Amino acid sequence: MSREGDGEARQTAEAAARRSYGKLVAFLAHRTRDVAAAEDALSEAFAAALADWPAGGIPTNPEAWLITVARRKATDAERRQRRGRDAGDHLLLIADELAESTFDPAQIPDHRLAMIFACAHPAIDAGIRAPLILQTVLGFDAAAIGSAFLVAPATMGQRLVRAKAKIREAGVPFRVPEREQMRERIDAVLEAIYATFAEGWSDPAGTEARRRNLADEAIWLGRLVATLLTDQPEALGLLALMLFAEARRAARRPGPGVVGCAADRGGRGGAAPGEPDGRGRPLPAGGGGAVRACGSAAYRLLRLGGDRAAL
Amino acid sequence: MPRRHVDDGDTAMKYMLLIYANEGAFQTLPKAEAERGIAAYRAYTEALTQAGVRVASDRLQPVASATTVRMADGKTNVLNGPYAETREQLGGFYMIDVPDLDAALSWAARCPGASHGTVEVRPIWEM
Repeated sequence: MSREGDGEARQTAEAAARRSYGKLVAFLAHRTRDVAAAEDALSEAFAAALADWPAGGIPTNPEAWLITVARRKATDAERRQRRGRDAGDHLLLIADELAESTFDPAQIPDHRLAMIFACAHPAIDAGIRAPLILQTVLGFDAAAIGSAFLVAPATMGQRLVRAKAKIREAGVPFRVPEREQMRERIDAVLEAIYATFAEGWSDPAGTEARRRNLADEAIWLGRLVATLLTDQPEALGLLALMLFAEARRAARRPGPGVVGCAADRGGRGGAAPGEPDGRGRPLPAGGGGAVRACGSAAYRLLRLGGDRAAL
Repeated sequence: MPRRHVDDGDTAMKYMLLIYANEGAFQTLPKAEAERGIAAYRAYTEALTQAGVRVASDRLQPVASATTVRMADGKTNVLNGPYAETREQLGGFYMIDVPDLDAALSWAARCPGASHGTVEVRPIWEM
């Protein structure tokens, strides 16, 4: 295979991996609450995919391929650790989970939203929620997250490990909250996504690839949450705000050394997204009138279904 | 790592609800109010039992009754008083068996201790 074709296959493999990652982690971890064990089984599957796909071609059903390999890895790991103490419990659960499923990707239940709510649970330190979501749903490594949030990779890695241990040991459930709890919990989820967007936003020219990328990832997450949580206007409001701000990105710095006027910054004439509103806290998603105005536009976009297919 | 029972595919966990409150404030309460407080705990304990989640629970005697023990250089060091002098003291506990942290937190919120003090929720590390 040519070098170019090889690169293309690798790109496709990476794109497929990225699309599937969160769904597979959530599927593997939702009962055990052991995100780290699920990640270990999956990372081996992804390594196999990156080695296999460029040479052998992309399988027609990448998710089924990945989950089959992950199952094998989990079973191997379980066998290796069976003589260990109770560590086998989780891996056994993972293996059970996989044995029950038919590996039809249409049948793999989507627990991503439940996992996002676990990551943004009040028992998890507020500062680590956004990085945790980036890692568990999108598969970002600690170095990439650390560089985006301006934290040393080792420090970020430690915090992520601690947060995952908290989820497992404290028994934080993978569950979309009931109606009465939804109000407070959805805010934490949206705040984490907004924090991700704000990190990307702080690079107005989009010259730092990683930070620019973060704004895109936040929009992707916002779209995911708005699509999975259809009855939450705040989720749509946040998506609308991010799409609107992103569309105006180029207008923030019209030319070298020129700073766009306030009216260009999101059209609200006030603080830009991610900046404090003067009371020292970030603006709520549905705050500005302009945001409300384009909320319906985003809703129509989602209804058109084009974005649904992209997920 | 806390061990979990695998029961019908669902996980169950045990949690300690540790009640920290200012015991001095409780001791100076008028008799009627103190009785209302005790009745609230009795009702809460009954609710936990009815729901089938209570593993154990009890109240602790005031910290004045506490004695601490530590071994140093092969010698037993016994001291009068609690482990640490704090504004609020560990005054009692409930051990409950529930599916997850959210269930434990909602029981903790209903505990009378959450209103007159603080309830710390800690998962049991089963040995």
